[in-house]
Amino acid sequence: MRPGDWLTQLLEIVAALAAAPLFLGWVNRCRAWMQNRRSASLWLPYRNLRKLLRKETVIAHNASPLFRAAPYIVFATMTLAAGIIPSMVTGLPLVVSADAIALVGLFATARMFMSLAAMDIGTAFGTLGGRREMMVGFLAEPALLMVILVASLLSASTALPAITEHLATQALGLSPSLAFTAVAFTMVLLAENARIPVDNPATHLELTMIHEAMLLEYSARHLALMEWASALKLFNYACIGFALFVPWGVATGHVGPVALAVAIAALVAKLLLAGGGLAVIETVSAKLRVMRAPEFLATAYLFAVLGLLVHVLLGAS
Amino acid sequence: MIRIPLDQQLLDSCAALMLLLSFAMLSQRRSVSLVNLYAIQGAVLAAATLLLAWRTGQGHLYFSAALTLVLKALLLPWLLHRLVRRLEVYWDTESHLNVSGTMLVGLIIVVFSFGLAQPITELASTSTRSAIGIALSVVLLAFLMMITRRKAMSQVVGFLSMENGVLFGAMSATYGMPMVVELGVALDVLVAVLVLGVFFFQIREQFDSLDLHHLEALREERR
Repeated sequence: MRPGDWLTQLLEIVAALAAAPLFLGWVNRCRAWMQNRRSASLWLPYRNLRKLLRKETVIAHNASPLFRAAPYIVFATMTLAAGIIPSMVTGLPLVVSADAIALVGLFATARMFMSLAAMDIGTAFGTLGGRREMMVGFLAEPALLMVILVASLLSASTALPAITEHLATQALGLSPSLAFTAVAFTMVLLAENARIPVDNPATHLELTMIHEAMLLEYSARHLALMEWASALKLFNYACIGFALFVPWGVATGHVGPVALAVAIAALVAKLLLAGGGLAVIETVSAKLRVMRAPEFLATAYLFAVLGLLVHVLLGAS
Repeated sequence: MIRIPLDQQLLDSCAALMLLLSFAMLSQRRSVSLVNLYAIQGAVLAAATLLLAWRTGQGHLYFSAALTLVLKALLLPWLLHRLVRRLEVYWDTESHLNVSGTMLVGLIIVVFSFGLAQPITELASTSTRSAIGIALSVVLLAFLMMITRRKAMSQVVGFLSMENGVLFGAMSATYGMPMVVELGVALDVLVAVLVLGVFFFQIREQFDSLDLHHLEALREERR
């Protein structure tokens, strides 16, 4: 491991931290365009964060240390996850140190702390949000693991960089199993990031919200960290999707400045497209009732398993 | 890295699509969408047959593809749509199992039929033999649909989808059945739909609904 690699790793994490709110702003802007509205500024998420960071923190009297610690833990896990996902370069020290299953575990850790913190104060809405989040999470996780399993079967490794390298160098062709798993992954992404068919990120209508209900008790810098973390989560999921399904452009092996520039340009292009796609999905679909969410996620799981079965069956010839 | 030829890739995709459409039909509650899905499945089957005909150079497969397209993607869906409109059965709300449960049973069926098709796959010498398992699961999934649904409309669509599966299986195991058999089956299916259409009206006249549940309790005194 050369010292330059650590520098690149640091660059990747900082880029993820900086780009995540921008990506969120881009998705919101595309959504506004799709709905014939004038969009808010792309920089609105940053301004929001700055505003929140300058405010005074207010905490409920009966909050335990867990409530204070949770934003930092969630933010740290998401940052670490951003370092593990090979969004630009595959041969980095953090990227090769953990595989995809550890990554799913990291997301589960963040989810658990978030739900516990939501239940900590003891208000009805926080508890409701925490419970709904766990329901969505425990149904989404098997689907996500199944998606990763299919990609691992194709490339004979559970390490994300190995999967990315294998799929990027493979001969270009139609792969029904990858197409099915891509659909499954998109559904998991929508559910996990509280996007529209499962949860509406723009609403504060109490009875339907999941993610926002958990953040009701937070204020100022804690809220800023939580919101930044959820922007980072969306960014991370998008990058996992790129690593599994559109790995072209990622720098592999020995990385020079040119390869790095190409990788950054490719990532920006993919993010722009993904943001547009996400906005289209969110515009054309209506929010499901909460009780319909399990059905939605069961379909995601079904797609992932179909991908696996099709691979096993058709790959046998 | 072995490069798979493009037509093989397309055929594999068609097989995967057939399976996906079977699951979509299994989860679909609206009669109109169900008929549309059946039409799409017919079109995919026709496309697969056409690809295979082009690939193997067997002339009769072209006829088979044309027959499938006209009958299963256009004529039968049109007849079924007309039936849905006339009978005003747009919904099939109650099924015996909920959607997620049906899906899980469906997955088990797919695994089962993959296992069942393994020996046949090893014996077959065609290049599309890996799709036999998928054809078998299309048949069994259509069976499942007929078992779990109550309304006559969905059962008929399930029956027709099963026939699609049989044809697909014959195609991938032996490059299609002899022309005479295929024509006979096509005629059978057409007549079946026409007869069942008449049947629907009779059932509804008798019971004011298309729920086949009523047929289980026939008694003399009720005439």
